[in-house]
Amino acid sequence: MSVAALVAPRAVFVKPSPLPGFGLTFGFALTYLSLIVLIPLAVLVWRASGLGLDGIWRVATEPRVLAALRTSFVTAALAALANAVFGVVVAWVLSRYSFPGRRLLDAVVDLPFALPTAVAGIALAALYAPNGWIGSLLAPFDIRIAYTPAGIFVALVFIGLPFVVRTVQPVLEDLDREVEEASATLGASRGQTVRRVVLPLLAPAILTGVALAFARAVGEYGSVIFIAGNMPFRSEIAPLLIVMRLEEFDYTGASAIATIMLAISFASLLAINALQAVSRRRLGHA
Amino acid sequence: MAVAITAQGLGKVFNGTAAVDRLDLAVEPGELLALLGPSGSGKTTLLRLVAGLEAPDAGRLLFGEEDATRLAARQRRVGFVFQHYALFKHLTVADNIAYGLRVRPRRTRPPEAEIQRRVGELLDLVQLNGLGKRRPAQLSGGQRQRVALARALAVEPRVLLLDEPFGALDAQVRRDLRRWLRDIHERTGHTTLFVTHDQEEALELADRVAILNRGRLEQIGTPDDILDRPATAFVAGFVGEAVRLAVEAAPGTIRIGAQPISIPTGDVSGPAALFIRPRDLLVCDDGPDALSARVIAVRRTGPARRADISFGPGLPAVEVELPATSSVRKGDTLHVRLTAVRLFSSSRRGDDGRQS
Repeated sequence: MSVAALVAPRAVFVKPSPLPGFGLTFGFALTYLSLIVLIPLAVLVWRASGLGLDGIWRVATEPRVLAALRTSFVTAALAALANAVFGVVVAWVLSRYSFPGRRLLDAVVDLPFALPTAVAGIALAALYAPNGWIGSLLAPFDIRIAYTPAGIFVALVFIGLPFVVRTVQPVLEDLDREVEEASATLGASRGQTVRRVVLPLLAPAILTGVALAFARAVGEYGSVIFIAGNMPFRSEIAPLLIVMRLEEFDYTGASAIATIMLAISFASLLAINALQAVSRRRLGHA
Repeated sequence: MAVAITAQGLGKVFNGTAAVDRLDLAVEPGELLALLGPSGSGKTTLLRLVAGLEAPDAGRLLFGEEDATRLAARQRRVGFVFQHYALFKHLTVADNIAYGLRVRPRRTRPPEAEIQRRVGELLDLVQLNGLGKRRPAQLSGGQRQRVALARALAVEPRVLLLDEPFGALDAQVRRDLRRWLRDIHERTGHTTLFVTHDQEEALELADRVAILNRGRLEQIGTPDDILDRPATAFVAGFVGEAVRLAVEAAPGTIRIGAQPISIPTGDVSGPAALFIRPRDLLVCDDGPDALSARVIAVRRTGPARRADISFGPGLPAVEVELPATSSVRKGDTLHVRLTAVRLFSSSRRGDDGRQS
């Protein structure tokens, strides 16, 4: 038998890894994901499928549903983008400067995680209502935040902030200071260094944070309903419509809207992941 | 193009200790000067002060006639090469090299075609043609450091500063790059300052070597000066694999352990330090100026053989070089003669010759 025959490539499911335990961990991960994520989602889709594809399409294109979906996804996207900017600034301050109260500020970032979202919604609504602290400052200029889509945006920015900060901060802390020094000795201004060196290196982390903040914002219910005013066609979010259908015992309708949200969310997250893969590859990661 | 670098009383304090202690240094235009010293001697801090990456607490720094003390790093026009390359890993090799040209203000930025031409030239110079489209992660360590050098040269720096440029590379690559750096220096003629803790590298590569210890300059001179005429006990102990022996000096004679020998002592008397390198000892017959020593160990090093010998109980072992054919064995008694004398009085503060 020739040596070539001995080492001839064999079609395999996975490339052999020197690290043992693939079968065990892969099996566990798959089972766990199935129980926690895939099976509940499958039930959801199965419930909706009672309507048939054209039935789901009919629900999706109802003007009120369409408006609610647009409100949900557009405000979630805008809030995620706002968090991309401010989250990076907060992460920068926390990781680059030392000042009294830094640890305290660091802990405060996580509060939106810990707070029941309904509490956050009530607090924000009280603040931004026309007679609230901030709302009364804006009222003379005829700017209204609470009970408008702007209120939804404020609530979604609030709950999404920790995601960007917590994904960007560790990467920023690990960033090699010599790279920035190299940029400075080559004649770049501080602004050029940040724009041309720091931000590109942070891009994958920022994208991860944005994806998480976006996903969280799309599904957010508790904080939004208190500040949104929930006016159909104006400040009504899709999750609220689902709850309303459930209260009317229209389970199929509710799962139809949920299935549509699921499809759009999944497509958005896939797109962000693809972007991230590109930016990671540019950094020379596998 | 090439400018002189002058440091006058330059000082930098970190946490209450002087990393660079009111140091004076003059680097000639076009010179390749090595900053050599043990770790913590302040050589890297000095380099970073010259680059503008640290702000001095005292003193002045001149580039030619120009006072550069308060200039920001980006205004100094220095090329800095880091030990760990510090390449921009999100950019290709060509974009890394072009970086310093692209960030210039529009008035002074060369047109894109000119930038491409410069990048091509520099890729030639560092022998990386055809790798312009690669990313740093796809290069070997030696190749990355050559990209870093090309990137530093692209901005036409007034001085070139290298911080342990070969420190992260293996021995063979280091040797090649050393020769190659010398070659680049001959061709480009930049005033070059490079930091190293490898004395072989410093002595082989540099026009002059500056020896630093505890933030101060111990000696600056050609490799011959440093090796043959060390100015201080520290330098004598730091270069050339020297072993320090505590001796008693009287005019014209010293006592090593219990053995007196007559050697020129200059103005040294009393407790003193004698530094002995392997080649300073010559095996001879017994005689008035010969020292007898016990052989502790013999080993083969390269083309020769080396023996650890001791001049008496309690004295540190000294290395002596022997021909490969020598039949000396452990336990033998040898007679050796001292062919070079590096004797320093140990009473002067700070000249204790210890490498701390």
